[in-house]
Amino acid sequence: MEKAVQPASSSQWLLGALSLPRRWRLGAAPIIAGLLLLAIVLATLLAPLFVTHDPLAMEATKRLQPPSSEYLLGTDPYGRDMFSRVFYGGRVSLLIGVGAALVSIALGLIIGLIAGFFRTADAIIMRIMDSLMAIPAILLAIALVALSGASIGSVIIAITIPEIPRVVRLVRSVVLSAREEPYVEAATALGSSMPKILIQHLMPNTMAPLIVQGTYICASAILIEAILSFLGAGVSTEIPTWGNIMAEGRSYFQLNPGLIFWPGLMLSLCILSINLIGDTARDLLDPRLKKREA
Amino acid sequence: MRFNSRDFSNNKVVLDVRDLSVRLPNQPQVAPILNQVSLQIRAGETACLVGESGSGKSVTSLAVMGLLPKDALRVTGGGITLSGRNLLELTQKEMRAARARNMAMIFQEPMTALNPVMRVGDQIEEVLKVHGDLPQKARQERVLAIMEQVHLPDVRRVYASYPHQLSGGQRQRIMIAMALILEPELLIADEPTTALDVTTQGQILKLIAELQEKQDTAVLFITHDMGVVAEIADSVHVMKDGQVVEQAPVEQLLRQPREDYTRKLLKAVPSLIPRQERPETLSEPESQGEKVLQVQKLRKVYGGRGFFRRGEGTLAAEDVSFAITRGRTLGIVGESGSGKSTVARCVMRLIEPTDGQIVVAGSEIAQLSRQALRPHRRHIQIVFQDPFRSLNPRWKVGRSLVEGPVNYGASRQEAMQQAGDLMELVGLPREALGRYPHQFSGGQRQRIAIARAVAMKPDVLVADEAVSALDVSIQAQVLELLADIQEKLGVAILFITHDLRVAAQICDDILVMQNGKIVEYGPAGDVLANPRDAYTRALTDAAPGRGWDFANFRELQSA
Repeated sequence: MEKAVQPASSSQWLLGALSLPRRWRLGAAPIIAGLLLLAIVLATLLAPLFVTHDPLAMEATKRLQPPSSEYLLGTDPYGRDMFSRVFYGGRVSLLIGVGAALVSIALGLIIGLIAGFFRTADAIIMRIMDSLMAIPAILLAIALVALSGASIGSVIIAITIPEIPRVVRLVRSVVLSAREEPYVEAATALGSSMPKILIQHLMPNTMAPLIVQGTYICASAILIEAILSFLGAGVSTEIPTWGNIMAEGRSYFQLNPGLIFWPGLMLSLCILSINLIGDTARDLLDPRLKKREA
Repeated sequence: MRFNSRDFSNNKVVLDVRDLSVRLPNQPQVAPILNQVSLQIRAGETACLVGESGSGKSVTSLAVMGLLPKDALRVTGGGITLSGRNLLELTQKEMRAARARNMAMIFQEPMTALNPVMRVGDQIEEVLKVHGDLPQKARQERVLAIMEQVHLPDVRRVYASYPHQLSGGQRQRIMIAMALILEPELLIADEPTTALDVTTQGQILKLIAELQEKQDTAVLFITHDMGVVAEIADSVHVMKDGQVVEQAPVEQLLRQPREDYTRKLLKAVPSLIPRQERPETLSEPESQGEKVLQVQKLRKVYGGRGFFRRGEGTLAAEDVSFAITRGRTLGIVGESGSGKSTVARCVMRLIEPTDGQIVVAGSEIAQLSRQALRPHRRHIQIVFQDPFRSLNPRWKVGRSLVEGPVNYGASRQEAMQQAGDLMELVGLPREALGRYPHQFSGGQRQRIAIARAVAMKPDVLVADEAVSALDVSIQAQVLELLADIQEKLGVAILFITHDLRVAAQICDDILVMQNGKIVEYGPAGDVLANPRDAYTRALTDAAPGRGWDFANFRELQSA
């Protein structure tokens, strides 16, 4: 009888020993990205504590000021403080990014599990998903805003609807391959009910890819929000969002390039760091990569 | 039994491995992966490297080929000489050239070793293109010639085929053609027949021997199958934990093994002679002869009827009928594609049978709905082939073991208590319930899978190739455990296997399947010793090493 703790063979042991340190050996990029994202999130959340002006207060006499000690990044065409607006603007952008990611993952997970497990539901659900994928996010957003007025909710819905099919496809593919695993068949043989198999055996398999997908949805939702605001189909123009600030600054860009530059820079850094974190998460969680190591 | 044991002492030494050590880099405290391995192979000789998984067989061959994973393993001592050239001193480029011209390798799984999007003829030709300067026309002729030599049918058609269009045996022939087209001095074959059916295996072994004779190649043949060793080896090197523990000509090794380990390996080889027939007596006489599983006219067609599809579908099983009484074992034997697994999965209702009756513990279950079926599931349980995939890797063993009983109303505590008892029944410590599957070896996981099935107190246990993925010594232990459990609990076992040796050791009755149909069904002794059907006879004839009684180190007495 072999000893219980000892792994099967020396070669497995060897690879096990190697994989641990390698898994945690992150490059500099994801660490910098993580710190940067943390800084952006904290700065937007804590904006009321350190900004110098009310981001909504207009001052007609102080239009389009260059950066100064009072207005750190200058002012916009209505005399509002750019420094305050850039940080406040991040709040709506991040809220929409995280909100859209959570909603599309939650709905996509439920629909995907059902589609992956039940053959009959699969055909119907996937055709609906195909048609949802054909809807362009931006046109849908414009339609929704026209119907129900500009609000954070309608922007999140507009972004979420075309994202859901992508999540559904991902979850479905994971479930389709996992349901063939002998341990799932064994659970069937042990008399486990369908919901139990779905939630306890199959759902945990989808978590890793969903985390990765979530970061990408978050990044793309922030971008789409900016585009919608830029087009005037996003949240109401009084609320500062990175997209709104750039939209309003567009016509005065030549007078004060900072109107586009600063919100654009924040937006780019934010997306870049989220995507870098997503890539790192994929590298760490990807089963194919794990197989190469373990 | 006629052994090879040819004398090669006048031939030149092709491969000379001296005191080869391989270690993990920068980890001197860890035991070496290979510890001073030495072996010599002469031209025309077949040397078999045998040992259980993890013994270092494959690492040895990879070291010779210069294919060790770069950062993970490093040669730390000794030398590898191929026809007088020290391979360890070659540059990458010289090594690449040597790999095709002087030595070549064939692998276990020809499907993954071939490029799936390239015609196989072009793949063979590629070898010539890279290592030689023949003109296009000559190359093609050379490829067709070698394809003839490996006995591929209709070579022009095969030349233009993609790997998925060929059978496993044909793909392995392509691999052999690729390996031998440059007439290397050394051929390394790493379990080349393990993934093949026994009849195909015989043909491939014959082919390798034939080409070896023609080209006077030295062959290093890695295998875990003592039957294959007896068929083809001239000399045998037994490995254990990175060391060669015994080297001897094949006949000497099989007759008078010196080392205990070799003896243990040989003793674990199941005999082809069916075990003594068991009387049908049980502790409770009233249950005697009770048929716990009856299958009548089972039929399964894959595909076929569909919304958009029309047509025949694939017939996987037809007119399959059998019955098992309590406490007995029925083996279903057949090659891949014979429908044996389809039958097992239909009986378990993991797939839907197209037609027929399945009566488990007195209830007909073939046509029940999923919902109506659930109360009946506890009567029939299954143990799968792959112990690495049959337990949920995210669950502690305890949770896997109580899943079934809890489904049928046991309290978690009660079930956990019982799970502890079961762990002891299968020879594992009670505390192991708190560990994850990856902390166990393959054999231990298979024990856990058996415990999980037994936890349901089933009437029938289906073992679908349950020991095929295990090393022989572990295999023997698991077979013993199954027999032990059967005796204690009186469960009936439906044992699916491709391995006649295993079937001979555990089955009371044997059912032989071919192309979805039963070709022979009867008591194990009759079927194996006096096969009536031509196919059964072909199967028993193809079993490698069939004339040798490994466990007793002598010729088979009664066969």
